[in-house]
Amino acid sequence: MSAPARPAAPPVRVRPERGRWRATLRLLLSSPPSLFAVLVLLAVVVVALFDEQIAPTGFNEVDVSDRLQPPGAGHWFGTDDLGRDVLSRVVLGAKVSLQVGTVAVGFSLVVGVLAGLLAGFYGRWIDAVLMRLMDVLFAFPAILLAIAVIAVLGPGTTNAMIAIGITYTPVFARVTRAAVLGVREQVFVRASRSVGASDARLLLRHVLPNALPPIIVQTSVSLAFAVLAEAALSFVGLGTQPPAPSWGRMLSEGRGYIDLAWWIAVFPGLAIVVLVLAFNLLGDGLRDVLDPQQRSALEAARHRPGRRRRAEVRR
Amino acid sequence: MSGFALRRAAQSLVVLLGVSLAVFALVHLVPGDPVRLALGTRFDQATYDALRERAGLDQPLPAQYLQWIGGAVRGDLGVSFRSGEPVTALILERLPATLSLALGSIVVALLIAVPLGTASALRPRSAVDGLGTVVSQIGISVPEFWMGIMLILLFAGTLGWFPAGGYVPFARDPAGWLHSLVLPAVTTGLVSGSVLTRFTRSSVLEALSAEHVRTARAKGLGPRAVLSWHVLRNAMLPLVTVTGVQLAYLLSGVVVVEIVFAWPGLGQLALQAVEARDYPLLQGAVLLFAVVFLLLNLGVDLLYGRLDPRIAA
Amino acid sequence: MSAPVLEVADLRVRLETPRGPAHVVDGLDYAVGAGETVAIVGESGSGKSVSVLALLGLLPASATVTGTASFGGRDLLAMSEAELRGVRGNGIGMVFQDPMTSLNPVLSVGRQLTEGLLAHGVVTGRAAARARAADLLADVGLPDPRGALERYPHELSGGMRQRVVIAIALAGEPRLLVADEATTALDVTVQAQIVDLVTRLQAEHGTAVVWITHDLGVVAGIADRVLVMYGGRCVEDGGVDDVFDAPAHPYTRGLLGALPARVDAQRGPGRRAPDLVAIAGTPPPPTELPRGCVFWPRCPVRGDVRCETEQPPLVRVGGTDPRPHRAATFYGREIP
Repeated sequence: MSAPARPAAPPVRVRPERGRWRATLRLLLSSPPSLFAVLVLLAVVVVALFDEQIAPTGFNEVDVSDRLQPPGAGHWFGTDDLGRDVLSRVVLGAKVSLQVGTVAVGFSLVVGVLAGLLAGFYGRWIDAVLMRLMDVLFAFPAILLAIAVIAVLGPGTTNAMIAIGITYTPVFARVTRAAVLGVREQVFVRASRSVGASDARLLLRHVLPNALPPIIVQTSVSLAFAVLAEAALSFVGLGTQPPAPSWGRMLSEGRGYIDLAWWIAVFPGLAIVVLVLAFNLLGDGLRDVLDPQQRSALEAARHRPGRRRRAEVRR
Repeated sequence: MSGFALRRAAQSLVVLLGVSLAVFALVHLVPGDPVRLALGTRFDQATYDALRERAGLDQPLPAQYLQWIGGAVRGDLGVSFRSGEPVTALILERLPATLSLALGSIVVALLIAVPLGTASALRPRSAVDGLGTVVSQIGISVPEFWMGIMLILLFAGTLGWFPAGGYVPFARDPAGWLHSLVLPAVTTGLVSGSVLTRFTRSSVLEALSAEHVRTARAKGLGPRAVLSWHVLRNAMLPLVTVTGVQLAYLLSGVVVVEIVFAWPGLGQLALQAVEARDYPLLQGAVLLFAVVFLLLNLGVDLLYGRLDPRIAA
Repeated sequence: MSAPVLEVADLRVRLETPRGPAHVVDGLDYAVGAGETVAIVGESGSGKSVSVLALLGLLPASATVTGTASFGGRDLLAMSEAELRGVRGNGIGMVFQDPMTSLNPVLSVGRQLTEGLLAHGVVTGRAAARARAADLLADVGLPDPRGALERYPHELSGGMRQRVVIAIALAGEPRLLVADEATTALDVTVQAQIVDLVTRLQAEHGTAVVWITHDLGVVAGIADRVLVMYGGRCVEDGGVDDVFDAPAHPYTRGLLGALPARVDAQRGPGRRAPDLVAIAGTPPPPTELPRGCVFWPRCPVRGDVRCETEQPPLVRVGGTDPRPHRAATFYGREIP
């Protein structure tokens, strides 16, 4: 069918325009936990961007004469077994955590959302094949799947990103597919189909925007999990490799000195908690604002056993 | 078996097939020769040939898969590249430690979640509720391994109440087993408990607002009878399923905690397998985790059907 | 006439809402004699359900209830929670609107019946309780009462479920049965069966009944007396014949105008009665009650200067002395 270059009357668009997003943002920031989360995340981003300027010393400035110093005026967070400044390493570790988290979740987001869109929109065998594939990935406990992927690819920051990305892909596929199924049959989709819009245009202009709220919420929650996963992988030695600073790595190094120097393990751990807490709080806040019906993953688990439950609760 | 149970079981079987293919592929996705990699510097031609032969790596892929999966079904997961011992034996040896930890954790989690979640729901927006919300929010944001280190710092180091690590088999010394289990179980239990607290709260809140609760009160039942039979009884139904799912997550969540507490469980075994490039061992451990994970999820769904008379019908 | 079973005086209920306090019930008086059926009629939101839930202390704790409600010589509203528990399901039984939700889905019918019996000490021991429960189920017309004890609510039809709810309400042989929209959620034919059942049980046991409904067809079939509620207040009450033959309040007239014919109504509730939509507009939210007569914004005959500023008192417009016919309107006499 030869579609007209521009349909005479633009199809009804349910996508919220700029004003709506601004109102949503204002609503989000009116809740104290969300505001706190946003401020913390902004602070972490600033720290990660200007880490070299902020950190008192370089990430690997060894000074053995100054080793295992408790927190004090010279070193606010103390020094580690090699005399490195813990504060500097915590500051420099922020970049690694954010990088791995965002790249990994970005991977999950792109692949998962694409799979979910295709499965939900086309249904039939595409749906069956894609979603069974996701089921298989979902059948592995999260951290174990990441470990298995690293067993194949080898340890390292990049491979940790890929491993975590693969692990969280099915959640995005499911969330997206469910949302697409919800909007697919709505009038506006059929309406724009009848004026000859292409599938790609339909998916990108109409289906995706309406499926966005749960995807946005899931992104925030997954970022929290991804930061935890990166820390866990680095902790067991499969993620970021020394001497690069990584919070998980610092914990495993500090563990051996826990009796002598508690600060080596305490501060990077607190950094993880603050960042993860911010992503979790933001996820909750976003859900309240964008997608109230969905409620929390846990609450969605009620009643009917099935897929939905496992979405999101993953860690 | 009902139609629901059959459908669910069939679905799990299909996923299981996919899982076995993925685990099988693990060895073949590794760039290079897995046996040569595993042997590393200990390479000698005779061992190399024996391992390749034993793993069937010279046969065509479909035959290898059939041989592997056929063995797996009979409980034969091959031999370790590293030690030459049967993988199944190595896994069975580690199983009790991981099971102890997972069960201990779920007990701790429920001991936290049920009272705290219920109290929060009964008095929404009260101090207890606020405490529950803060505790559970922080609980799900804390890395388990860090929580473990902090508990060791406090209870093993400063206070000296519990050992900092190590596992005592139950059969050898039940009291020592419990003593060694406390810190690791509390570590993972706190995190799972946070998830379950939030769930219990919303579940009890929903049950409280149900109309049959008013009927129960209108019968003249006391608050305790109303709470236990008409609120908690209903709220616990979904909690059973979520607890089952949590147990499944715990089985994998303990991987990292086992490292912290030097706990000789399956997670530690899997990590050692990765480091040693002992692929048959890794395959066995991963397959077992995935199968247990699938079975638990299936079991939970079926159990829910039995507990809820509406589904059992 | 002997002393009434229940005598309510100046009942007021205030609920705290996000939009400020709501005077859901605003000064209600009525009495129910032994074996008598009183119907409380009104649209949803008129305060009719709240007015009976308040008596048994079944409202949320944030509700403020004042007035008196004398039941068997004691004031329900002054009772402690423990004392009230002795009345609930024992002196006063309640039947709720939707049997789909008013029974616990995960407990067997037998369990839900016997727990009330055991709580009130009507019987002692499981076996005796189960025997009594089976008798009750037989009494409300459930086929195979013994087998039904083992069933779960979802295994029964809506009508059967409502019979179970009635059996639960009657378990303590109450002197008063409160039916809160007990037929609204049911099919039309089942509605008639349930009304017949309650009427029969009432005759057999001499139970007084408060029947809350918006269905005037039901009222005409079973009630001795009617109380019409609007905006939390009683706008008209009296003997069912007085009110139906000579409605004095414009609101009642509007309601009755929605009924096809009196004759039809007398035949009982065998058909879906019209919902009360014959009057233009909607009832005011209980947070924003008008200052004068609550009904004036919708009133077809308003015009008296007092309508918007003064609350018309409930005055006698007919009936005979023990059963006066009263209405709260400035037009009681003038409307032909």
